[in-house]
Amino acid sequence: MFRKPPYILWFEESGRKNFELVGGKAASLGEMTQAGIRVPPGFTVTTRAFTDFLDASGIRKTIFPMLEKIDLKTPGSLSSISKDVLEIVWAQEIPDKIVEAIVAAYRKLVEMTGVKDLPVAVRSSATAEDLPDASFAGQQDTYLWITGEESVVQHTKNCWASLFCDRAVAYRLKHGFSHDREKIAVVVQKMVHAKCAGVMFTLNPINGDRSKIAINASWGLGESVVSGTVTPDEFLIDKVAFDILKRTISTKETEYRVNTAANRVDEGPVPDDRKNAPSITDDELLELSRIGKRIEKYYGTPSDIEWAVDADLPYPDSVVVLQARPETYWSQKKNQPEKKKTEKPADAVSMIAGMWGAPPKS
Amino acid sequence: MAGKFPNPHEIETIPGTEGWERMYPYYYRWTTKDKEREAYENSMFWFYDGLHYPEPMYPFDIIWDEAWFLALSQNNTRVFIVPPALGVDHRIINGYIYISPVPVPDPNEIPKRAEIFMKRAGYYYQHWDELYEKWKTKMVDTIRKLEAIEFPELPEMEDESIVTNAVGKSSGYELLRKYDELIDLGILTWQYHFEFLNLGYAAYVVFLDFCQKAFPDISLQRVTQMVSGIDVIMYRPDDELKKLAKLAVELGVDGDVLASTDVNALLESLKKTDNGKKWVDAFEEARDPWFYISSGTGWYHHDHCWNDNLNVPIDSIKIYIEKVKKGENLERPLKRLQEERDKITEEYRSLLETDEERQQFDMLLGTSRTVFPYVENHLFYVEHWFHSIFWNRMRQVGAILKDHGFIADVEDMWYLNRHEIKQALWDIVTAWATGTKPYGPLHWPEEVAWRKDVLQKFREWTPPPAVGTAPEKIEEPFTIVLWGITNDTMESWAKAKEAENITDLTELQGFAGSPGRVEGIARVCRSVDEINEIQDGDILVCPTTSPSWAPAFSKIQAAVTDVGGIMCHAAIVCREYGMPAVVGTGHATAAIKSGDRIVVDGNTGKVEIIR
Repeated sequence: MFRKPPYILWFEESGRKNFELVGGKAASLGEMTQAGIRVPPGFTVTTRAFTDFLDASGIRKTIFPMLEKIDLKTPGSLSSISKDVLEIVWAQEIPDKIVEAIVAAYRKLVEMTGVKDLPVAVRSSATAEDLPDASFAGQQDTYLWITGEESVVQHTKNCWASLFCDRAVAYRLKHGFSHDREKIAVVVQKMVHAKCAGVMFTLNPINGDRSKIAINASWGLGESVVSGTVTPDEFLIDKVAFDILKRTISTKETEYRVNTAANRVDEGPVPDDRKNAPSITDDELLELSRIGKRIEKYYGTPSDIEWAVDADLPYPDSVVVLQARPETYWSQKKNQPEKKKTEKPADAVSMIAGMWGAPPKS
Repeated sequence: MAGKFPNPHEIETIPGTEGWERMYPYYYRWTTKDKEREAYENSMFWFYDGLHYPEPMYPFDIIWDEAWFLALSQNNTRVFIVPPALGVDHRIINGYIYISPVPVPDPNEIPKRAEIFMKRAGYYYQHWDELYEKWKTKMVDTIRKLEAIEFPELPEMEDESIVTNAVGKSSGYELLRKYDELIDLGILTWQYHFEFLNLGYAAYVVFLDFCQKAFPDISLQRVTQMVSGIDVIMYRPDDELKKLAKLAVELGVDGDVLASTDVNALLESLKKTDNGKKWVDAFEEARDPWFYISSGTGWYHHDHCWNDNLNVPIDSIKIYIEKVKKGENLERPLKRLQEERDKITEEYRSLLETDEERQQFDMLLGTSRTVFPYVENHLFYVEHWFHSIFWNRMRQVGAILKDHGFIADVEDMWYLNRHEIKQALWDIVTAWATGTKPYGPLHWPEEVAWRKDVLQKFREWTPPPAVGTAPEKIEEPFTIVLWGITNDTMESWAKAKEAENITDLTELQGFAGSPGRVEGIARVCRSVDEINEIQDGDILVCPTTSPSWAPAFSKIQAAVTDVGGIMCHAAIVCREYGMPAVVGTGHATAAIKSGDRIVVDGNTGKVEIIR
């Protein structure tokens, strides 16, 4: 008999193979995780949960005919109908089985970290792979710093509902996509509680040398490094042998910390005992470098990576990647490292003589 | 940086040592008698050769310095015509050797020299393996000749056969001749020592230069790792001990070995059983040549080899027996090391941009790997095997001096230089020939007593790391690779100079010998006899190490040495064990005390002393 897919899939279980269930965002997080590129831990509420939600309650039969009636030429038609649909979706209870599955998964995250009411990000993960315009996916919401089981379930529903907001509906109409074709999955991912964070390049940004990894690190969230409000600690690591070649420990005056209660990020002074201390350990540096090397391999190009060390997780799980993109400056330059162009010598002996100032053999 | 170092002509004589110069060859002196020579001396950068001489020179032991002064310099200047470099000049200050590489004065000469160099050095590179085989034969012949030297007694009356065979020369003459032969063999060995050496280092230095351009900041140790042999004979002595430990367990004589307190009694008692005899045979077999490994660098007469004190190898065998019984694997992980070497080599290679660069890389790496067995193995032949036998042959000469009342103890002989010993032997044989008493007993005991006092004063004095005029930037590749002298080390010397008391230093800069960073408790061992005091997890701090220190490495978590570059024994072994090492710190054993808490950073070459 055909086995029904699960409501929950962890990142480790997600990938392109189950794209239809987890959507683009989760598939990519899953592929990265499986390539050894660690991201903050989390799970996906699959599209099956979404479809079961629509079917079990019977609202599917109500809402799609309503959406069909929208006439873009009639002013107010779109906004009023989509508003009505959203009301229906919001009012509809999620079936217990689905709620239980989400709660169980969230509890597992709580258990992993030992943090009660663990803050998570809840985001939608679209399955509209054939849509080139990412703005469609952008309509789907992102909710940060969500805490507690109830709230996670509630925001899951918010993500589902985002499929029916007026802009999403208009987009589908404009491009001629049917409303019931689109399915949505929801990613629930631990918010990073950054002990330290920063930026990593999988080459030396000073000279483009691709045998190095350069890491900047400072206390707290990565904003301080990205925005340049602190002089970060700097490290240069050999990409082949993982030797830490250079370490410059700076005085780090300020750090950004999350104020969960106020749901905002506060900037504050670094306590004296940590100001001049290295913000990252050697083990963390090396783990990060290994991940950096995997990212470069994964994307096939030198990369520029935002990372953090999560204080809630044990090493090495604590070392996570927040964002990675291709490095652009050196990677687009033809002659990468700035080095002397040598004449092609005839043999090793002339090279030895050449080192000592002999002219190259003609 | 320039001008930071003292004027060599203004270094003060330590009170009570006036006249010390007479202990050493006169051409090691500085002079202001001649303006041209004085100006030359002032213009050069002379650095203290702490790599080879962590202590002031005994008058006799300067023989090896003279030997390499000649051998290295002649090969650069007169044999291979190294394009930019002439020889390395030598001087002495209060018993400490200072050296200065001499550049070719006219840069226009360099291209012409390069033509000749390419032809001559090219011949060696092309025929390297064949010439290296010949070299080994020459070395072994030399060692066998050394072993054959016997000093004649000076008889009351020569044997009648001297007359009937019309020999025409006396035992007195033979004694002088044998001494000359002994010294000549020593000098000859050092001629061979440098036959290949600079060519070997040159190949390595060019590969290093290539890697540093392609991968800026790459650590020297990774370049060395790509080049170094995995199975080199410097490991053989230690491997022999491991084999003997395993054999002892197999033959069931491990209990006897562990319980023994006297090596000779042990060997005698083992010979009484069949299995015991098998083990003793294997032990004896290993002794020649592998137990000629020195417990020091082999450069000093007091560096004893295992054959001189069999307790050293037996103690190590005991440590290995314990490990065999615990089921530990003693094998060096050759396969893993080989795989690691191949992996990093391939990875660096793949990071090169063009096929042309990859071709150059392959060529230079190939040449470096061809030359490296010699570079790594010559140490065993010369500094260990030859020297260990040489020192003991010299002690036979010392016994003659003692018999004639020139010195009170054989070990006093090292306070006479090689020329003075020749004179002393002349004193002895002419007195013997004449039927009178030699002058030596009236001269040497007093002189030796004075010299002992002078050397003690030298030891208490700290030599400046360099004198003369420092270059703006150190670029000469041998200075950097072999002596580990870079702009960074010059800076750290300047810092050490500023510290009033060496034990107040909180940071030392050496060479990053093996990567990693650990914090732990220091254990200072000034000689291999002290390695029994090492506790598991200690950080070894020592002047230098050699293969006889091998058992120490299975207990420690890092090593720090006073002398040595990235190719020294401690660095190589630590890389194998995957533990950090900082080598060539200059004065770790003086600045650190056992029990100090220290942080060893084998990535940057820094040692922090927390205390």
